[in-house]
Amino acid sequence: MSRIAARMKACQDRGRKAVIPYIVAGDPWLDITVPAMHTLVDSGADIIELGVPFSDPMAEGPVIQLGHERALANHIGLSDVLAMVAEFRNKDAETPVVLMGYANPIEVMGYLAFAEAAQRAGVDGVLTVDMPPEEASESNAIFRQHDLDTIFLIAPTTSNQRTEKICSMATGYIYYVSLKGVTGAGHLDTTEVASKVGFIKQTTDLPVCVGFGIKDADSARAIAKYADGVVVGSVLVDGMGECVGRNVRDDEADLNAESKPFNDNEKDLFASKINDKITSIVSAIAAGANS
Amino acid sequence: MQTPQNIDPRTVDYGAVPDEKGHFGPYGGRFVSETLIAALDELQTAYAMLKDDAAFQAEFDNDLAHYVGRPSPIYHAERWSKKLGGAQIFLKREDLNHTGAHKVNNTIGQALLAKHMGKPRIIAETGAGQHGVASATVAARLGMECQVFMGAEDVKRQSLNVYRMKLLGADVVPVTSGSRTLKDAMNEALRDWVTNVDNTFYIIGTVAGPAPYPQLVRDFQSVIGRESRVQMQTQTGSLPDCLVACVGGGSNAIGLFHPFLNDHDVAMYGVEAGGYGVETGKHAAPLNDGKPGILHGNRTYLMEDEDGQIIDTHSISAGLDYPGVGPEHSWLKDMGRVNYVAVTDDEAMDAFRALTQIEGIMPALETSHALAYAAKLAQDMDKDKTILVNLSGRGDKDILTVADIDGITL
Repeated sequence: MSRIAARMKACQDRGRKAVIPYIVAGDPWLDITVPAMHTLVDSGADIIELGVPFSDPMAEGPVIQLGHERALANHIGLSDVLAMVAEFRNKDAETPVVLMGYANPIEVMGYLAFAEAAQRAGVDGVLTVDMPPEEASESNAIFRQHDLDTIFLIAPTTSNQRTEKICSMATGYIYYVSLKGVTGAGHLDTTEVASKVGFIKQTTDLPVCVGFGIKDADSARAIAKYADGVVVGSVLVDGMGECVGRNVRDDEADLNAESKPFNDNEKDLFASKINDKITSIVSAIAAGANS
Repeated sequence: MQTPQNIDPRTVDYGAVPDEKGHFGPYGGRFVSETLIAALDELQTAYAMLKDDAAFQAEFDNDLAHYVGRPSPIYHAERWSKKLGGAQIFLKREDLNHTGAHKVNNTIGQALLAKHMGKPRIIAETGAGQHGVASATVAARLGMECQVFMGAEDVKRQSLNVYRMKLLGADVVPVTSGSRTLKDAMNEALRDWVTNVDNTFYIIGTVAGPAPYPQLVRDFQSVIGRESRVQMQTQTGSLPDCLVACVGGGSNAIGLFHPFLNDHDVAMYGVEAGGYGVETGKHAAPLNDGKPGILHGNRTYLMEDEDGQIIDTHSISAGLDYPGVGPEHSWLKDMGRVNYVAVTDDEAMDAFRALTQIEGIMPALETSHALAYAAKLAQDMDKDKTILVNLSGRGDKDILTVADIDGITL
């Protein structure tokens, strides 16, 4: 049984809704990410989704776009992200880690080379946002051979027929996108979530986790009624950016100006702020989802 | 899969490509988030139905004739050809279209699709502003709401076109994410579409993007090549020996090339923006100096770094300043059916001045890249040979850029 399946089963056995935080690897600097992952676990994370920075994250709203940009200012690439997971595994052999990102960095590394390296590093699942099932049969086969779960999105606009097809290609869990739009958008419609998640659960035995639009204990509670787990991204990424004073886009800033790297004093100060921030966000979501 | 490099381009049925999933060999496809799939399916179904619908085609043809002013003429640039001393250069005058470029052929087609699909709002991305203007134009005519996404850097560089769009009633949204250029405008348009998919039609301006866009934009632009085949035979008695067109995303090039692909004796040259020179890395020539990758919903040649991040491009011409290219061009390149070459900013400027001064036709800076390469080709060809260049747009929009190069403030 994969680490993801084992963890989801453990949650279900305890009647617990899985809490799945998302952060961008290398945001706001490279070596904050592994300590932040441990903090997420200590605060109640059951699975971690680690965002792989990409220059053109077309499914993300403004908050997570900024997270990608902050990480890219540190030139974080896919191999850096794999190294982070390997380092995380030195101290945590239990918590599943899913890499969430876009196809091109994997395409450039090569699907087989990536799968081998990801398995070696201790990655458990891959969610490639812009790789729908029609394009995924080859990469899916390679990922499975390397014990990587292949996680797919289902959207409110996904037809029932497609839902069945996606469920047949997915392992680990299904990620249901709770609203029409990009990450971090507002207006959750819990009635629609309930009906769509209901259909997915008739179609597959896989757990269904819901994301896009969960920002606090209340929204987590509302969604957890219908889902096996909740994903929280934008509010965390925004909180981390806020801790370093870089969560608002400066439209007038010179595009070519390199953002100033943090010095050691700043890193110490910001690391403790980030630690407190993500602890409070994830604890609240975990409490809301399981109240 | 058989690699395109091993295919004899003379044996290919070009009308049968792309396949039902939008693939041109290994290129193209539909690499988008699940949140966009339903919208693309809806578009594909509507297009499949209307493509062969006689009433829809008649409506399209009627607009092309009476609103755009087609067919556009072919002009023999006799004086310039003589000066160059080689082959005879002919110009397909897309610059004479309504709004001044080939872009309108496609926006008319897509706006008609939007109308038939009952979508009251259209969105578009634009780089130099030509596609934005062409979209705003058809939106005004059909009484549709129109929002145009444009990189904040391009908004600054292309103030004339920004104002034209506003006069036409469009809302121009400056995009401040990423590198604040065309690629980021496209990201933002895709994000808007995901959010407003029920009432919105996204008019993509080039033969890139997820399936079915590369095919439908090609089909709408192919009127250029269809007219040219007939006109060249009427005016010269035969097909041209060579076709030349500039390639950014590649819509004017595919529009000219596609109807000639089965004419095996017609050589084709797609001219990319060489910027400061392909060897400097500061250019927008992915087919000359890029690698295959995935961006904006399709697999194609891209300008990218070793981590797969898309890198900044440079060209004097905003319309060619794009890190990707239509997937059909990637396939035609690998098969060797079309030659993809590059010319520098300086060479394009020389051609801009030459055509303006010798023929009294001021070409767009994008088009000037094609002209620069045609001039090189012509010099090495016999006088009885012919070259047809797609004069894809007029240069009025570029006079501020040219004045700036000349050190003149207007």
